Amino acid sequence: MQASVIASTATQARKLSAEEIKEIEHEMQLYPDKQAVGLEALKIVQKYQGWVSDESLLGISKLLDIPVSDLESVATFFNLVYRQPVGRNVILFCNSVSCWIMGSESMRSHINGKLDIDFGGTTENGDFTFLPVPCLGDCDHAPVMMVGDDLHRNLTEEKIDEIFSEYKSKE
Amino acid sequence: MVTKPLTKNIDMSRPPLDIAAYEASDGYQSVKAIADGLTPDNVMQIVKDSGLKGRGGAGFPTGLKWSFVPRGDSAPKQKYFVVNADEMEPGTFKDRLLMEGDPHLLIEGMIIGAYTIQASTAYIFLRGEYKVSEKALKNAIAEAYERGYLGKNIQGTGFDLDIILHTSAGRYICGEETALLNALEGKRANPRAKPPFPQVSGLWGKPTIVNNVETICNLPGILTYGVDWYHGLTKGNDHGTKLFGISGKVKTPGCWELPLGLPIRQLIEEYGGGMRDGLELRAFLPGGGSTDFMLPEHLDLKLDYDEIAKAGSRLATGTMILLDNETCPVGMVGNLMKFFSHESCGFCTPCRDGLPWVDEIFNEFESGCGTDKDLQILHEHVEYLGPGRTFCALAPGATAPLGSGLKYFADDFDRHIKEKRCPYRH
Ligand SMILES: Cc1cc2nc3c(=O)[nH]c(=O)nc-3n(C[C@H](O)[C@H](O)[C@H](O)COP(=O)(O)O)c2cc1C
Ligand code: SF4
Ligand code: FES
Repeated sequence: MQASVIASTATQARKLSAEEIKEIEHEMQLYPDKQAVGLEALKIVQKYQGWVSDESLLGISKLLDIPVSDLESVATFFNLVYRQPVGRNVILFCNSVSCWIMGSESMRSHINGKLDIDFGGTTENGDFTFLPVPCLGDCDHAPVMMVGDDLHRNLTEEKIDEIFSEYKSKE
Repeated sequence: MVTKPLTKNIDMSRPPLDIAAYEASDGYQSVKAIADGLTPDNVMQIVKDSGLKGRGGAGFPTGLKWSFVPRGDSAPKQKYFVVNADEMEPGTFKDRLLMEGDPHLLIEGMIIGAYTIQASTAYIFLRGEYKVSEKALKNAIAEAYERGYLGKNIQGTGFDLDIILHTSAGRYICGEETALLNALEGKRANPRAKPPFPQVSGLWGKPTIVNNVETICNLPGILTYGVDWYHGLTKGNDHGTKLFGISGKVKTPGCWELPLGLPIRQLIEEYGGGMRDGLELRAFLPGGGSTDFMLPEHLDLKLDYDEIAKAGSRLATGTMILLDNETCPVGMVGNLMKFFSHESCGFCTPCRDGLPWVDEIFNEFESGCGTDKDLQILHEHVEYLGPGRTFCALAPGATAPLGSGLKYFADDFDRHIKEKRCPYRH
């Protein structure tokens, strides 16, 4: 099938790395067809590249032999597939109702003041991207947020300061 | 006697039981019963007799749902059993507890469900953000393969089952069962038209059962301890236990396994510890963000499906969100509308265009610019987005807190208009 480019300036597919291809091929064994592996492939690429560029999208499209437009319609659908570069750590900040009742708005302002970014923004030094996320299923510990893979609960301003300094010192 | 079949093995201060410890706690007994000759028809009858209703929101009887799957020699060979672990409804935090706390219980339940409909492949559709659940399930699945509870010819039964863990990437609509099937097939996760129902034509066109995590976790207990025991757990008209949760400004928010039929007041006061000092209960959503508000006058009702329905709401996920007297009800409904608007899949017009409009109006109220005309538009949307007007239940779900909120908090909406500000802001 001829892969066509929709709303993309990329003409060259990125050559996927050996690790990326290996992991995608492993997923292929778990599903009856290649289309079903699309999201897994996007996530695998994102794991290694941090985000999914137009060139990566073309690369996956070639490997799986599915139209790039189909893949793009999946990529843009999901909250956690990033089609723009993100910072080294992504903050997924719960903006749903229980956290809102428990004061998430003032935590958001605190982060906003501290990192000088609001939802959708990335710090200038590339440390953090700040994104809203629906209910993280931890409402009895509201307000909550994730930084990378880690969940942080019962947030207070002091706790947020501590969390950020830990991520800083990890680097 | 076991009184908490869903959580008896759960202690969040330690890792979940490994397979040996799980077996020692009556685990995988049902697989032994299958090996000893329990047929799929037997299991179907037991589950029907148990009266188990789906815990994913709709409360549909599980045995009845399973019975729609074609059986016998003329039925398609390939069938699928799918676990809906996409928990994302605001205020809902029960399936995570089960998966993190006792992953083998879910796996045993999946074996029972898949065996009954004779599906040799099962998928767990897991929310991408649930990293701890993912790890717990991966470990447990590996252990179950090692011990011969998964794979070929499970425990000499002649039944084969593979479980595949699929992690999603965050969209509420993927929890709607037909959208979930599209997502698993790698397509954009718009819901599908029904009929055909998934039980007949689901994943890749094959007969498919989709059940909620908590529903499936009920199965091992029912098979191991029997229907009479299951019925004995209950205080009201519905059977079994249920996970109930409370979030909001109570003294001790949390999630507990309790018999269905417990009075709401007891849940909030005994388990939630009552409201924090100085606060009063204003209203509550009984089962997640897409249920109708209920009022303090409803506190003596019992937590069962029919009784909550009589008060105009739904038990749904059983996880309550409490509104106190110092939190703005208009802001709370507005927060929910922002969620539904953001999570609309965009497939049908009333939802795609209506919800962002509703969200925008709540922003106006928040900033003190709301008008009587805006209020009227909100009322109209309760109808435009209601049941029967849209392709799936997401938009009607949004109208539950919206319609009941407009009704119960009319004064608060008026004050926002008259005072040109949110009266709860100091
Ligand atoms: C927008 C929407 C989101 C849903 N999200 C979930 C969910 O996250 N988990 C779930 O089990 N059911 C969810 N449901 C309900 C499912 O469609 C389905 O009824 C349920 O998985 C059936 O399982 P049960 O019979 O075991 O309850 C959702 C429904 C809708 C309309
Ligand atoms: S009601 Fe909303 S979520 Fe459901 S199909 Fe229509 S647009 Fe999609
Ligand atoms: S509302 Fe924030 S975790 Fe549920």
